[in-house]
Amino acid sequence: MAYNLKEYAKKPERLAGGHRMCAGCGAPVVVRAVMRALEPDDHAVVCSATGCLEVSTCLYPYSSWNDSFIHTAFECAGATISGVEAAYNAMKRRGAIDATTKFIAFGGDGGTYDIGIQSLSGAMERGHDIVYVCYDNGAYMNTGIQRSSATPTFADTTTSPAGSVVPGKVQKKKNLTEIMVNHGLPYVAQTAPMGNFKDITDKAQKAIYTPGACFINTIAPCPRGWRYNTPDLMKIIKLAVDTCVWPLYEVENGKYAINYTPKEKLPVEEFLKPQGRFAHMFKPGNEWMIEKFQEMIDNEWERLQKLAAM
Amino acid sequence: MRERLSGNEAVAVAMRQINPDVVAAFPITPSTEVPQYFASFVANGKVTTEFVPVESEHSAMSACIGAQAAGARTMTATSSAGLALMWEMLYIASSSRLPVTLAAVNRALSGPININNDHSDTMGARDSGWIQLYGETNQEAYDNFIQAVKIGEHKDIMLPVMDCFDGFITSHAVENIELIDDDKVKAFVGEYKPEFYLNNKKHPIAVGPLDLPIHYFEHKRLQAEAMRNAKKVILDVAAEFEAMTGRKYGLFEEYKMEDAEVAIVVLNSTAGTAKFVVDGLRERGVKAGLIKIRVYRPFPVEEIAAALSKVKAVAILDKADSFNAAGGPVFTDVTSAMYGRADGVKAISYIYGLGGRDVKSTDIELVYERLLSIVESGDIGEIYNYLGVRE
Repeated sequence: MAYNLKEYAKKPERLAGGHRMCAGCGAPVVVRAVMRALEPDDHAVVCSATGCLEVSTCLYPYSSWNDSFIHTAFECAGATISGVEAAYNAMKRRGAIDATTKFIAFGGDGGTYDIGIQSLSGAMERGHDIVYVCYDNGAYMNTGIQRSSATPTFADTTTSPAGSVVPGKVQKKKNLTEIMVNHGLPYVAQTAPMGNFKDITDKAQKAIYTPGACFINTIAPCPRGWRYNTPDLMKIIKLAVDTCVWPLYEVENGKYAINYTPKEKLPVEEFLKPQGRFAHMFKPGNEWMIEKFQEMIDNEWERLQKLAAM
Repeated sequence: MRERLSGNEAVAVAMRQINPDVVAAFPITPSTEVPQYFASFVANGKVTTEFVPVESEHSAMSACIGAQAAGARTMTATSSAGLALMWEMLYIASSSRLPVTLAAVNRALSGPININNDHSDTMGARDSGWIQLYGETNQEAYDNFIQAVKIGEHKDIMLPVMDCFDGFITSHAVENIELIDDDKVKAFVGEYKPEFYLNNKKHPIAVGPLDLPIHYFEHKRLQAEAMRNAKKVILDVAAEFEAMTGRKYGLFEEYKMEDAEVAIVVLNSTAGTAKFVVDGLRERGVKAGLIKIRVYRPFPVEEIAAALSKVKAVAILDKADSFNAAGGPVFTDVTSAMYGRADGVKAISYIYGLGGRDVKSTDIELVYERLLSIVESGDIGEIYNYLGVRE
């Protein structure tokens, strides 16, 4: 059956409303899209690293999750979900359970790119039948917008403030998706909850139902950290993709495919301009920052195109 | 069934006999052999366990928590820095009321790095909410491990348990050991059937919520209550174990304490050396005794105080320093237990054997001599002492 968002949206919600995520936050949009990719009869155990998602969706005595949910600590969602999956295999073998259960871990960029990368790498290398979804909002938002290795160059955060001498974050954004590709996983994808959600839905389905350890990296804008107008969430995501700041691609058993090529590749200013964290880049004399940013984005886009053409 | 095994192998055999659902572990000297032996059991089909060879001890404990919460009986082993790396997760395991079993092969904590035995690793974890059992011999390490599973999983407890024994001295030395038949071990621990678990489609649950001030304190209070309940369960399980094996276990062992005037309190393998010294002193007519603590968490406050109330002087030996400028951790616990219950008994602290420093019978003799001189003079002198260190 062809993809139809209206039909698709009728599937039962697995993340209940009433959670405490901010209005205009990308993370719950991501979560709902990913969870909707589960077959209705399949049970899931969701693990979340410590972060906004965890503290806002599982606050004793409430849980927004209709499936089972576990949070342990910040840096170990990969290891925790490994243990859950190992338990499932053993329990199934001794006949203690019979239902089909899928295992999905969510982590922000802090819990995934940084403090949790060892645990993530271990879980992926061991090849548990799990999906790890990173919702990348490009900073430690839960603790108050500190820079992470996923923060884009020049972004103004509370630990990479744009000052009179230092122009915001000086380092490049870590390319976690490529690090995951280099683990030799059966399926790695970069996606965004955009348009009719077909891209994220297809990728979540593939990741969940491909045996082995799969990884999804998705952009998840944060209105507090990025300082955009809250109702503009979907617009910001679209601009990230149309400027190729966040390319949509997937790597299946090492084979690259670009899933979306903008009709007209927009200049990065279109993405940077509506966000307060990049405001200093538009001050007179700072034109070089925008040029540099554009150059980095172009290089990455070119690299991806070459890989996809191979 | 009589065998000759090292402590590590004995514990690995106990794990094989129990056949847990999940073992997640990372190697560290001197506990490395436990997952090594276990991996060979997996490779040769002796168990049906999922063995998760994680990339660190932090992940080992995280995976154990995930597995146990998912409904699986779960085990691991570690030492020293490995236990230290688990620190954050130890508290999460106990507060989530997950009865993971851990073979804690005692080794000195870094730094400086030292691979030999002392108790600084598990002593640091004494307030992490884990039940801690200590054993003198390979036999005790094996017996405690089997009992640990049944204690932790008891419905009134649901707490993780550490089976602590001395690195190298116990973990690597081969001793005679009496093994229990596989089917008897399996019957003793029974099947793990938690009431709530993640992998239950019919009843999904949430584990590890954000717990704000309106509920957090009550949860900690319940956790404390479980630890208080543990003493009775430990004794019940010991009685059941004795009925099966004839081997008797309590909260601590009293050696020649009936009429003792001077006593030493000690943990793990040093008790063997100290018993030898007690025997020699007894031959000379000295009324010497010994208490070897088996259950350190929960701490047997009333029982220890009662056992020590009849002696004139006691030395508490710690193979770890508290760096509190006052005395070792066991000393602090024992003397606070004695307050109001064994007043008038003179108690001194000795720190000994750090980083694997040999503890000889002559060292232990010095402690008893010191106690005898305290009794004779009535003068307690220095309370916080070191044994066998160059100063």
